[in-house]
Amino acid sequence: MSVLEGKELRIVGFLCNWCSYGGADTAGVGRFTQPTDLRIVRVPCSGRINPLFVMKALIGGADGVLVSGCHPRDCHYAEGNYYARRRLEVLKGLLPVLGIDPRRFEYTWVSASEGQRWQHVVSSFTAQIHALGPAARFTEAPEPARLGA
Amino acid sequence: MKIGVFICHCGSNIAGTVDCAAVAERASTYPDVVYATDIMYACAEPGQDAIIAAIKKHGLTGVVVASCTPRMHEPTFRKAVERAGVNRYMFEMANIREHVSWIGKDIEANTNKAAELVRMAAAKLRLDRELKPKSFPVTKRLLVIGGGVAGIQAALDAADAGLEVVMVEKQPTIGGKMAKLDKTFPTVDCSSCILGPRMVDVAQHPNITLYAYAELEEVSGYVGNFDVKIRKKATYVDWDKCTGCGLCTEKCPSKKSYDRFNEGVGPTTAIIIPFPQAIPKKASIEREYCRQFNKGKCGVCAKVCPTGAVNYEMQDETVEVKVGGIVAATGYDLVDWKVYSEYGGGRYPDVVTSLQYERMLSASGPTGGHVKRPSDGTEPVNVVFVQCVGSRDPSIGRPYCSGFCCMYTAKQAILTKDHIPGSQSYVFYMDIRSPGKGYDEFTRRVQEEYGARYVRGRVSMIYPKGGKLMVRGADTLMGTQVEVEADLVVLAVGAEASANSSALAEKLRISYDGYGFFMEGHPKLKPVETNTAGVFLAGSCQGLKDIPSSVAQGSAAAAKALGLLSRDMLDSDPQIASVSVNRCVGCRKCIEVCPFKAIQEVDMRGQPKAEVIETVCQGCGLCNATCPQGAIQLSHFTDNQILAEVEALCRF
Ligand SMILES: Cc1cc2nc3c(=O)[nH]c(=O)nc-3n(C[C@H](O)[C@H](O)[C@H](O)COP(=O)(O)OP(=O)(O)OC[C@H]3O[C@@H](n4cnc5c(N)ncnc54)[C@H](O)[C@@H]3O)c2cc1C
Ligand code: SF4
Ligand code: SF4
Repeated sequence: MSVLEGKELRIVGFLCNWCSYGGADTAGVGRFTQPTDLRIVRVPCSGRINPLFVMKALIGGADGVLVSGCHPRDCHYAEGNYYARRRLEVLKGLLPVLGIDPRRFEYTWVSASEGQRWQHVVSSFTAQIHALGPAARFTEAPEPARLGA
Repeated sequence: MKIGVFICHCGSNIAGTVDCAAVAERASTYPDVVYATDIMYACAEPGQDAIIAAIKKHGLTGVVVASCTPRMHEPTFRKAVERAGVNRYMFEMANIREHVSWIGKDIEANTNKAAELVRMAAAKLRLDRELKPKSFPVTKRLLVIGGGVAGIQAALDAADAGLEVVMVEKQPTIGGKMAKLDKTFPTVDCSSCILGPRMVDVAQHPNITLYAYAELEEVSGYVGNFDVKIRKKATYVDWDKCTGCGLCTEKCPSKKSYDRFNEGVGPTTAIIIPFPQAIPKKASIEREYCRQFNKGKCGVCAKVCPTGAVNYEMQDETVEVKVGGIVAATGYDLVDWKVYSEYGGGRYPDVVTSLQYERMLSASGPTGGHVKRPSDGTEPVNVVFVQCVGSRDPSIGRPYCSGFCCMYTAKQAILTKDHIPGSQSYVFYMDIRSPGKGYDEFTRRVQEEYGARYVRGRVSMIYPKGGKLMVRGADTLMGTQVEVEADLVVLAVGAEASANSSALAEKLRISYDGYGFFMEGHPKLKPVETNTAGVFLAGSCQGLKDIPSSVAQGSAAAAKALGLLSRDMLDSDPQIASVSVNRCVGCRKCIEVCPFKAIQEVDMRGQPKAEVIETVCQGCGLCNATCPQGAIQLSHFTDNQILAEVEALCRF
């Protein structure tokens, strides 16, 4: 059981280390209260995120997936988030084709100083997922496709 | 693998809202976990010792610590496990403080979430591999951006320690705001007497190369080896020939130019030497005021210059330098106070800014140190100071305190009395903030010895009446309205990050806050570092501060830079990409996306393959997400590791 039944839904976050993960830390340091549903996977850069990670989470039973990186122009690696933006936008357009409500997936930009913004992002995304309710389960989820070596 | 899990209480920081023992108990059921416990303070010495002892006792080959953010103590714990003989990359952290205990009070939900985060960390750890850093040579040269007092201090400290320093200053002279000040609090000693010699030291230091009237164009590379492009703006005067005699500034017929150094107190010429102690003491032409450029004829300066230094054809020039580290010291600018229509919005000549007032007080300023009303040149009697103009005001997006205005206002009130013994100063303030050494005594002295009248309250309006200015405000201590008939009003205008600081931050790849101030690596423990290795901060660009603190930070930044550049070789972070040649099809997609040109094509038995240059790769993983074959993988963040984390969350 990864979530408290009846209380939480399953939300997976992919956050870049330099901006958004720092922003989530800043929110914590500021004691900005947030819903408890979200579980964060830390990646170096939003450009590291393969859209397949998001798909894998959604197919594997996540009710929502949130991606957050540095604001455009402010990427720690110069341009990773531009690639992320293009990939994730394409992914969002593709979700309905796969029978997934595109509102279950959002991407956003939060800097390391924006603790309050992070609180707002988490709260409103969590509310959005709760409004949608639990995602329909894929009854015969295939074994996870292995990428890479 | 034999994994040990340590759940930190962090005193009550975590244990207050997370049942740490229950998390440890659940963790003990996770795959490969052979030992799990909770621990009072994992980062303290007994905590680290307990981790080391457990590694030895249980033969652990990997460790998970669930505590604060990895951005804080990951390096601490990596060193600890290494002391116990475990490779430092066989270690993962779960952030159960900033991301759990501090953001909610529901113990049941927090405990469950913490256990989940530990499950993710353990799942990732199972796929970690031992990594070893490579080393690469360092360029022993430091770039300092901004020649205010903070930048000067950083440059001199580094240069005195033997480092080569390149300083870039966007104005034609170094010195920053301090060069404009008359005297400085709390000692009321002369600003140019203490700063002047430091500026000369910069000019004469054999290890310092100064580019004044220049700006940073581009930065590439990474810690230890940055490639920097500096644009030297055209001054239309050949500085190799200019001797700083100033003949040109005497003869220039365009006498109505805005005097930037003197904050517009009195006009200047189109060709200028900003002030007598300028460093470098060289002339430059302000193109927008120059008749040669605007009317196509004049040429007076070229004719009078005894060395033939004037050159109207001069173009901007770009220089390229390689440096190992960078100090940003770009300071602040004053807020645009003209948004306040209640203070006249700039319509009344006898309402001046604090920095203009410094120039009026300065003996080397345009009024020769005589305080005069700009409107009619008479000496004022009643001088009203208004504090917090553009500070602590959310309505204009400046909710913060500028930090030094209370103190400089007290100083200016003292100097007013010194200059005009018959004068009376009034200070409207919100609160007096004077926590420095000797500071509170100073703000008391101005009232007790110099008779300045302090009124606690805001000014609601300033309006002209019979050649005077009526200042109307509240006295919140007396609960009354007050009105003062002023001859001169000085606005203690608040400060903001210097113009274009966010664009500079983007070039340096450092973070900045919502106001444009640069973000330090950690608010307490890394006050001059940034999150970009090799880039340091000094002075007001990081947050507003007075001269003593700016100097202290300048020295601190130099010390950090010296620590970095005293090494001949640096260790590269081994969390980088590598190519599995069997899978690589040589499509070059990774080569195209890599922002650092860290991937090259190599020939392997007639087949093109990608190869990562290990010391150049910065570990962003862009290539990893791009490769259609999954052939290039970022160590420590491989596809399988991230998928394992997702699986740990979604499959249970
Ligand atoms: C009216 C007034 C009176 C004050 N009186 C006192 C006092 O009595 N005592 C005291 O302790 N403090 C005083 N202060 C505060 C003091 O001015 C600051 O503490 C100090 O100047 C900060 O130094 P700095 O080097 O950080 O910034 P600055 O002095 O602002 O220097 C920054 C320098 O960087 C340059 N620069 C900016 N951007 C770039 C760029 N992109 N590229 C290259 N160069 C750039 C600027 O041209 C400037 O030369 C006063 C401030 C004011 C407004
Ligand atoms: S993207 Fe992948 S397959 Fe293509 S060259 Fe790079 S490593 Fe090889
Ligand atoms: S991880 Fe890949 S894209 Fe990023 S710097 Fe290294 S080689 Fe380049």
